[in-house]
Amino acid sequence: MHQRDNSGRLIKAPENFLTQSGIKTVFAEAKKGRRDFIRHAFAAAAAGAAVPAAIAQGNPVPTEGGDPNILNLPAHSTGLGQGVAQNDGYGKPSQYESAVQRRQSPGLTQTTQASVSFAPLQSLFGIVTPSGLHFERHHQGWWDIDPSKHRLMINGMVKAAKVFTLDEIMRLPSVSRFHFIECGANTAVDWGNVAVPTVQYTHGMVSCSEFTGVPLITLLELAGADLKNGKFVLAEGADGSSMTRTIPMSLIKSGEVFVAYGQNGEMLRPEQGYPLRLIVPGIQGVSWVKYLRRIEVGDMPYATKDEAVHYIDLLPSGQHRQYSGLQECKSVVTTPSGGQVLLDKGFYNITGLAWSGKGKIKKVDVSVDGGRNWRTARLESPVLSKALTRFNIDWIWDGKPAIIQSRAMDDTGFVQPTYKLLRAVRGTRSIYHNNAIQSWLVQENGEVKNVQVS
Amino acid sequence: MFRFRKAILGLALLGLTGAAFAQASIKITGIGRNATPKEIAAWDIDVRPDFKGLPVGSGTVDKGQEIWEAKCAQCHGFFGESGEVFNPLIGGIQPNDMITGHVANLTNPNFPGRTTFMKVATISTVWDFINRAMPWNAPKTLKTDEVYSVLDFMLNIAGIVPENFILNEKTMRDVQARMPNRNGMTSNHALWPGREFGGAAKPDTQNVACMSNCTPEPKVASLLPDFARNAHGNLAEQNRMVGAQHGADTSRPEHQAGDKQAAPSTPQPAVEKPVSSADASKPDAKKAVSLLQKNGCLVCHGLNNKIVGPAYTDVAQKYVGQVDYLAAKIKSGGVGIWGSIPMPPQTLNAAETRIIAVWLAAGAGK
Repeated sequence: MHQRDNSGRLIKAPENFLTQSGIKTVFAEAKKGRRDFIRHAFAAAAAGAAVPAAIAQGNPVPTEGGDPNILNLPAHSTGLGQGVAQNDGYGKPSQYESAVQRRQSPGLTQTTQASVSFAPLQSLFGIVTPSGLHFERHHQGWWDIDPSKHRLMINGMVKAAKVFTLDEIMRLPSVSRFHFIECGANTAVDWGNVAVPTVQYTHGMVSCSEFTGVPLITLLELAGADLKNGKFVLAEGADGSSMTRTIPMSLIKSGEVFVAYGQNGEMLRPEQGYPLRLIVPGIQGVSWVKYLRRIEVGDMPYATKDEAVHYIDLLPSGQHRQYSGLQECKSVVTTPSGGQVLLDKGFYNITGLAWSGKGKIKKVDVSVDGGRNWRTARLESPVLSKALTRFNIDWIWDGKPAIIQSRAMDDTGFVQPTYKLLRAVRGTRSIYHNNAIQSWLVQENGEVKNVQVS
Repeated sequence: MFRFRKAILGLALLGLTGAAFAQASIKITGIGRNATPKEIAAWDIDVRPDFKGLPVGSGTVDKGQEIWEAKCAQCHGFFGESGEVFNPLIGGIQPNDMITGHVANLTNPNFPGRTTFMKVATISTVWDFINRAMPWNAPKTLKTDEVYSVLDFMLNIAGIVPENFILNEKTMRDVQARMPNRNGMTSNHALWPGREFGGAAKPDTQNVACMSNCTPEPKVASLLPDFARNAHGNLAEQNRMVGAQHGADTSRPEHQAGDKQAAPSTPQPAVEKPVSSADASKPDAKKAVSLLQKNGCLVCHGLNNKIVGPAYTDVAQKYVGQVDYLAAKIKSGGVGIWGSIPMPPQTLNAAETRIIAVWLAAGAGK
């Protein structure tokens, strides 16, 4: 639902919608809030007060000699269920899963066509994002394109410019690979200070799918591309925005970049670029051009609008970093996370996601005391290059305030930075490529808040 | 096959294992055909910073202003200053910036926002983008001379060229020499995946994986203010009804330690009712609003607030019960009743137009 945020709180959008007064308001309120927070959350602890008995018992002992859910057989145990091939032949999630949706962040953008919907990371398991929950980022609206009419052209520094149909592309040798895609502006709203409540809105512009397609190098070779002097290619979309991005030839030569038609075993979803998109592992999502119609081989970068006006990172010096596409090593705890409530003290399995645009995740450490002490988490398999990796670790919650963080390291030895380290080099107005360590405060009342620590 | 061997070697260096790079073991034939010159001309529209690809043509500030007021001002404001729909395009530039090639306001944290011309270093970028993606709802419909004219007008109101400046494929170079932020970009960083720019090889942050006693006692330096508790909707409804944690009920104030607390509410899933074939004369808010979203109407009209056009609730109040009038207005567009910014004719089909008109005539309710 398109709406304006009338609460007086403005959020910094990926494309820099925030007004200065908005920043001031958020800062001022955050300062006030901090005082309240210290008063409320730590006063009891400091006074040695007992933990309040406010936490609800999640599984109380039944009073009537047993749980009615056990004693009275439900209809599904005593009746006939539904038949096969319902729902027009395409299965849907349970009706009880309606809370799990991709959502817009109120006040972030003024149109739904140049906007974002965030994946509900707090509700997902493993590493694959269900295609219907994959985050969306459109620049000029999405289309459902007739695949029989879609064409891919290769031109520029080639022996012969070529045109391919989907029929032909799908005849070529294929690869299927799991990769994460992360918007360069993921977590952008929190560059300066906390702005949103849940992991869906802080980190929900990342998703991971198995993509299927043809290495771009195969197509370039069919066109006789000049791989020596052609140091860059331009990728261009067929939609209204005709998104264009410069891609380095070195990545294409490595065989990593491919032209995909498949996603999680079926065709791409329209919102993800049906029938054809570029896959550029490890690089921010805007380079994964959707509705791909053209590849041009050239010998210089193109300075397209989305690499000259947006997706550039402002430094304190006033200079912008241009051509900054790499998504560096990053992680986030998804459970427990902001906006949730722990129902009871005792055992929890802290779990989250880690990823790196440079390779595999080597190690993830988790802290429950705001970064003072760390324990190494378990990595769930598979651990794949430039894909989401799931980690988890045991935790006993004693009912006291805790600040949960995760810190990932990739196989180049790079360690995910703190906000302090990141701001020391990039300031607070950089917008893009925020891979800072995320903090979730678990309060005594069980409620979890998005916080930043100093 | 020589290249295939090299690719595998490259992958091994990247730490990838296995035959990660599919390659036919025999020569691929019979796939793809040569593009015709006409086809290439139709699609090869990009313009590079060295002006390769820039078509011959010319434009004037006056002509640009005409096009601007008809097709651009709705979103960008008459002077490119509007932040209502998109980021402002014009503003924040001082005369000295044209001399230094650095926009001084970029180092001023108190300067609100960053406009397009404060950021962009290459004039080719703006020409190319207008040509490929503007106007917003009718991209690629401007003729070459119109693109030159619109850009000429923008450059004039940005203070970069005088009113009598003719913009063409040659004078674009003169403009480039005056671009306010032409020296404002750096590729000296480690965030480009290759070595093509010769930038930094080493990442700009070097954290270490310390394991114990790493920091002093952490203090919370930033969190959401209480008044924003429900700004993203009730978080109880944004979490699964079962799980290690449930969503916090943000529709109510947070309970404090010691308060008696009701168990956190879990959302009741909305079980879908079978859709009845609704009578076309009954307002269907859900359908109407989804059509408004689909067709970009909400860019200019808020449901309850004026944006560049009137709020839907205001339109509904003015034309109670006038379904036919409203349907005709949606089709024809108009100007003058609500202000000077015109609404272009809309291309919805009759059934869709009717759904919106019926909903409006009934009060534009939820």
